Amino acid sequence: MLDGALLLQTCLNAIYAASYLSLIAVGLVLIFGVMRVVNFAHGELYMVGAYALFWVFSQNELPFFLGVAVAIVGVGLIGLIMERALFRPMRDNPLGGLIMSIGVLLMLQALAVQAFGVRKKSIPGPYHGSIELFGIEGLTISAQRLVVIAFAVVLLGALWAFLKRSKLGWALRAVAQDPEAASLQGISIGKISMLAMVLGAALAGAAGALTATIVPTGPYMGHSVIIAAFIVIIVGGVGSLEGAVIASILYAFVATFVTTFADGVIADIVGLLLMFAVLIVRPHGLFGKPERA
Amino acid sequence: MSYLIWALLILAPLLLAGLSQAGGAVAGRGPQRTMWLWIAGVVGFAALMIAPHLVTYSQQELLVFLVINILIVASYRLLTLTGEFSLAHVVIVGVGAYGSALLTKQVGVPVPIAMLLGAAIAGLVAFILSFPLFRMKGFYFLIGSFAAGEVIRLLWKRFREPFGGPKGIKLIPEFPGFELFGIPFEFYEPVTFYYFALIIVGLSLWLLWRIENSRIGLTFHAVHWQDQLADSLGVNTRRYRTLAFVIASVFAGLAGALLAHYLGTINPNRFDVDEMVYVLIWVIVGGTATLWGPIVGLIVLTVINEVILRELNVDELRPLFYGAILILAMLFLPSGLETLPRKIKERFSRDKKAADAVELTTSQ
Repeated sequence: MLDGALLLQTCLNAIYAASYLSLIAVGLVLIFGVMRVVNFAHGELYMVGAYALFWVFSQNELPFFLGVAVAIVGVGLIGLIMERALFRPMRDNPLGGLIMSIGVLLMLQALAVQAFGVRKKSIPGPYHGSIELFGIEGLTISAQRLVVIAFAVVLLGALWAFLKRSKLGWALRAVAQDPEAASLQGISIGKISMLAMVLGAALAGAAGALTATIVPTGPYMGHSVIIAAFIVIIVGGVGSLEGAVIASILYAFVATFVTTFADGVIADIVGLLLMFAVLIVRPHGLFGKPERA
Repeated sequence: MSYLIWALLILAPLLLAGLSQAGGAVAGRGPQRTMWLWIAGVVGFAALMIAPHLVTYSQQELLVFLVINILIVASYRLLTLTGEFSLAHVVIVGVGAYGSALLTKQVGVPVPIAMLLGAAIAGLVAFILSFPLFRMKGFYFLIGSFAAGEVIRLLWKRFREPFGGPKGIKLIPEFPGFELFGIPFEFYEPVTFYYFALIIVGLSLWLLWRIENSRIGLTFHAVHWQDQLADSLGVNTRRYRTLAFVIASVFAGLAGALLAHYLGTINPNRFDVDEMVYVLIWVIVGGTATLWGPIVGLIVLTVINEVILRELNVDELRPLFYGAILILAMLFLPSGLETLPRKIKERFSRDKKAADAVELTTSQ
C-alpha cells in the first residue's frame, strides 16, 4: 500500500541519509580534487570519528558536543599525518596513494578492534524523543536525526563560505583546477594538500561522531559507507563539491525508496546501475569536467 | 625446514626478476647471466616440486591457493600492460568459477571441459563489459569496473536460482581421479591438486609470456605509453585494450574454475572487494614492469601474512602489521619488489656508471 504518510516518512529518512553521506562524499571529493588520491581509508576515518564520540560521550560521560569536537579535531589530525607521511611521497604515483590508504585502512581497523573489541556498540544519544511533523500522525523524526541534519547543513555551509570567500579557499580551488598554474602563482601545493586532507578527514570524523548514536558503531562500519560515497562522487563528477552534495541527495532518495519498497540488495544494485548509466552517458560525471590526459 | 622452502620460493622469482630486469648491464652478458638464470630456475623448480612434502597440511592448502593466485596476478598484469587497472578482476575469476560449477552441476558437463568453458564464459563476460568500460579512463575506469563487478556479484547474491544466493553453490564435483602405474591420483588431496594446478598454471604462464613478447604484446605497451601516437599510426587502441581485457579474463576464469573444483563450494563473498584489494596490493607491491613482479609480490606478502604473522600468534593485530608492511614497501620501493635486486646491486656496486646505465635502459 502506498499512502502519503509512508511516502513523506521515507522522504525524511532520505534527507537524513543524504545529510551524513554528503559530509563524507564532500570530504572524499576535496581530497581527490586536490591530491588526486583515491582515499580508500575514508570510511575508516568515519569509523574513528564514531569511536571518538563513544569514548568521550559514553565512556567518559562528557558532553555530546565535546565528543563531536574531539572527533573533528582527532580525525583531522590523522588526516594531517596521512598527508605528510604517506600521500606526499606518492604525489606522482596515483595507485601508490591508493595502496597507502589501504594500508591505513587495515591499520585503523586493527587498532579499533584492539581498543574497543569486534562487537558492535549502540550508543544512546542525548536527544531522546521524536518530533511530529506537520501534525500528521505517524510522520515523525527523532530529535537525534534532526541534530545530524542541522550539523551537516552548518558544516557544509561553513565549508562553502570558506571556499568561496576566503583567500585560502580560493587557493584550494585553484590547486584543484590546475596544480601547475596554481604553483606558478606562488601557491604552495604542499600546504594546500595538507589543508584539503585535514578538512576532508575532519568532515568524515564529524559524520562518524554524529551518526554514532543512530547506527551501531563497529570496526568495519566504514565498508558500506565508502561504496555509497564512491558512487556519489562518480555520479556528481569527481572534483565537483556541488555535484557531490546533489548526487548525495539523489542517491540517498533512490536508495532509501528502493530499500523501503523492495530490499537492500536490490537498492545496492540500483545504486550501482545508476552510477554505471551516468558513466556511460557522461564518462566524467554529471558536474565534472573531462580529465586531461 | 619449512621456512627454508618458503625462503627458496621467495628467492627464486626475486632472482629471476632481478636478472630479467637488470638485463645484461649488471649481471653481465653471456655465460655469467645465463648461469644465474639457470640457478634461479633450478632453485625455484626444486623448491616448487618438494614444497608440499615438507610443510604442514594447512600449509599444503596454502600452497594450492598460492599457485592459483599466481595465475590471477599474472593475468591481471597482462591487463595492466595497457595501462588500466580494473577492480573487476576477482569478480571475473568468480565468473569462471560459477560458470564451471554450474555447467557441471546443472548441465552435467565433464569437469575438464567445464573448466575450459568457464574460462571462455569469463572471457565473454569481459568482452560484453568492455563496451561500457572502455569509454572511461584512469580513475573513472577504476571505479566503473568496480561497479560492473559489484553488479555481477550482487546478482549472484540476490538470485537463488541458479546462483544459490548468499550461500552460493555447494558440492561442486571435483576433477575425476585416476590411477597411473598403480599410483592413485585423487584431486581432493591438496598435494595432488597442487601438482595439477602447477601444470595448468605453468602452461598458462608460458602462454602469457608468449603473448606478451609477441607483436600483440608490444602493441599493448605502445597503447599504454604512447596512446595517441599509436592511434595516429592506425592502431585501434580501444580494440587492443579490449583484447588485453578479454585474454586476461580468460586466464582469470581458468583460475576461478581451478578454485571452484578444488574448494567444492563457492559463494559471492569469496569474490568481494576485499579479495580484489589483495590482488591489487600483490601486483603493485610486486611491481608491474616484469612478469615476475606480481608473482614476487604475491609470494612475499602471502608468506609474511599467512606464515610469519600467523606463527607470531597475534591474530587480531595481523592486519596492523600487514598494513604497516604495505606502507613501508610503498615508501621504500615505490616501483615494486622487483626492483629490490637492482637496488641492492646499486648499493654494493662500485661502478656507479653501470647502475646509471641500467636506470636509463629500464626507464625507457
